[in-house]
Amino acid sequence: MTIADTQLKMQSAPQSARDIGDAWSKMVAKRRLYTGIGLVVLLVAFVSSVRFADENNAGHFFDRLPHLFDFLSWLIPKDWSDVYRALFDLASPNGANGAGGEEFNFPLGRIYVWGDFYIPEYFELMIITINVALVSTIIGFVFAVPLSFFAARNMSPSNPVRLVTKRIMEFLRAFPEIVIAGLFSAILSIGPIAAIIAVGLHTIGALGKLFYEVVENIDMKPDEGMRAVGASWTERARFAALPQVLPNFMSYALLRLEINVRASTIIGAVGGGGIGEELKLSISRGFGAKTLALVLLLFLTIIAVDQFSAWLRRRLVGEHAFLLQH
Amino acid sequence: MSVIDASRMQEIEARYPEMLHRSFRQRFGALMILIGVILYGFYAVWFFNLPKVIAEAHWERVGIYLSEWISYDVQPEFRISGDKISIKYPRFSPLGDNPHPDWVKTAPDGSMTVSVSGTSRTVTITKTQAILTAHGATIPIDITGDVPKIVGSEPVPNWMTVYDDNILANMGFAGDVSISTDRVKIRKRFIGWANFVFDTHSPFFDKPASEVIGLIVSGPRLEPDQSNLSLAFDNIWNNGAWQHGDVWTKLFQTVVMAFLGTLLGSLVAFPLAFLAARNITPNRLLNQVLKRFFDFLRSVDMLIWALFLTRAFGPGPLAGSGAIFLTETGTLGKLYSEGLENIDNKPREGVKSTGSSAILVHRYGIVPQIVPVIVSQTLYQWESNVRGATIIGAVGAGGIGLKLWEAMRTNANWENVAYMVLLILIVVFLFDAASNALRSRLMGTRVR
Repeated sequence: MTIADTQLKMQSAPQSARDIGDAWSKMVAKRRLYTGIGLVVLLVAFVSSVRFADENNAGHFFDRLPHLFDFLSWLIPKDWSDVYRALFDLASPNGANGAGGEEFNFPLGRIYVWGDFYIPEYFELMIITINVALVSTIIGFVFAVPLSFFAARNMSPSNPVRLVTKRIMEFLRAFPEIVIAGLFSAILSIGPIAAIIAVGLHTIGALGKLFYEVVENIDMKPDEGMRAVGASWTERARFAALPQVLPNFMSYALLRLEINVRASTIIGAVGGGGIGEELKLSISRGFGAKTLALVLLLFLTIIAVDQFSAWLRRRLVGEHAFLLQH
Repeated sequence: MSVIDASRMQEIEARYPEMLHRSFRQRFGALMILIGVILYGFYAVWFFNLPKVIAEAHWERVGIYLSEWISYDVQPEFRISGDKISIKYPRFSPLGDNPHPDWVKTAPDGSMTVSVSGTSRTVTITKTQAILTAHGATIPIDITGDVPKIVGSEPVPNWMTVYDDNILANMGFAGDVSISTDRVKIRKRFIGWANFVFDTHSPFFDKPASEVIGLIVSGPRLEPDQSNLSLAFDNIWNNGAWQHGDVWTKLFQTVVMAFLGTLLGSLVAFPLAFLAARNITPNRLLNQVLKRFFDFLRSVDMLIWALFLTRAFGPGPLAGSGAIFLTETGTLGKLYSEGLENIDNKPREGVKSTGSSAILVHRYGIVPQIVPVIVSQTLYQWESNVRGATIIGAVGAGGIGLKLWEAMRTNANWENVAYMVLLILIVVFLFDAASNALRSRLMGTRVR
């Protein structure tokens, strides 16, 4: 029961302090009941979900819990400089016979740029991943800007166009990225292009939604001015709407860039190339130092991208707090 | 439009100097960004070697794969040995173990005619020849020698490809024919999903719907110790080709993973957010440590957590839930603490002025303000995780992702891929709608 309902009821009854008090306590009781029922439903759903997840898992939670720490100890290297050596492709003295296996002598090579100066191949993989994220964000931005004007209630040329555009964007958002990546890796052979297409298509849908919400909230007075001088739809969008929304658009695009760095890592792990694939291989083969080196690299990169985009965003739109949204 | 004279122009210029005399950055900033993006575009084209990738792309596969999403094929093989033509179907033919399709006709003289598409595209197999009729031409091919040979000297039509020991004839969407010595293999394509309800081993296979319903409602028991209804359900659920049971369970796993992960994440993030919000806990060090901790959980990312947890717990939804839980603790912790930092301080002061303890101040001064925000954000994250959790499944963290990835890897089960994608889309749209409805109800306003 909402407050409005209570007020309605009170109007029909003779008003006194007691009536109001009764109505209030009734409402509170009802709300408590609903909250209680909601919590019980949630609890039941939670307990049965835990059991379902546990039963469907290869190892059960409590059986495997002690092994979580085995696993962590696998991750922590006996010699921390192995992480450094893994990162820069230096031979390690550790391992069997002092020579080390694949685990310690890191097979991923170097790329010689100039004489003896080389870049470890990890860095190149990381650059691929970042480029995948950048290109797919640009693709998403370029397509989402016009689409968002078609989808916004106040700017759309016609209602059917608006609804169709919205559905297309919803579809692009919801379509599993991994399927697009799989399809395009069958067409273009496995590699980063498939990842770009998959992440880019998703970005069109995700940015499009954020963008059209911004467009719907603009001040319509400049638009009226443009209409008054007989501007066409394109001119209205360009001169009345775009200057108002561009800072927000840039801000959302930069936020999306951060998300896309992670997304392209994930896509990489399922065959899109880049650092994700190497990370997956390294973990499944059990190379502790190598894994740590990769995680470290990834972590530093993500923080760097976060900081850079936060700095750029602050310069572009000032101190706005924008919520993280997928 | 009236023409503005020079003095009026100067007047306007003097009135709006910021409009007409703008700094270099204001005037050319957007252009510079555009040029930068275009230059970066060229770099990216070079970096990813786009021309080569495009040149080596197999665009014809798009059509093949997309048509495989909605179709199936039957591949009879004809062998000629001596004066007998025998016909063989693959082991897992969609037609079952005893196929007698009416599109294969045997003439009295023993030759067989297969209609690939109506009467305009057919293949007739005699003891010495395969006679193809397609695209308005009839071409006999001699198959008795060492290699198959086109009879007559006319040029080979462009829908045929001649290899060393076999000839491939493309008959469009309807299928293709591969001809080699003593052997003709035909692929005939049908629109639709074959055996979607019952597979070929089911006793209900290939029966019309009315008969199946009749059997279920009042037929004699097909299996003595099981009712027909439960037998039918069992056959559908364990359908060999479509694996409905497995697919649905995996899909449900994805939803459960998202639910568990988000719920646990929000339970852990909620108290931590109070400690991380600088207006509630005035301890800068603690605030910063917690906020960086949230950042860490978020930026290490779901994938890495999923990979680690599948090593620890083995593949399955537990690992996926754990991965989502860790990421969500980071995301929700950040969102909640930002929400807490934006609350109105007055109710808090009011409760505090009555001399209540800290717990009561939080309960009555803060929680009522923050609950709508929390519920809305949490529901949004759940929905978002249902959408996102398919992908961590592909690295073994449970859910439909791995199944999807495996179906794609085989390159043969694209119809199963289509089926799963359709189910995922339905679930995601249902979730969108449900969570939007719930959110708008809890917030008391319409949420777009």
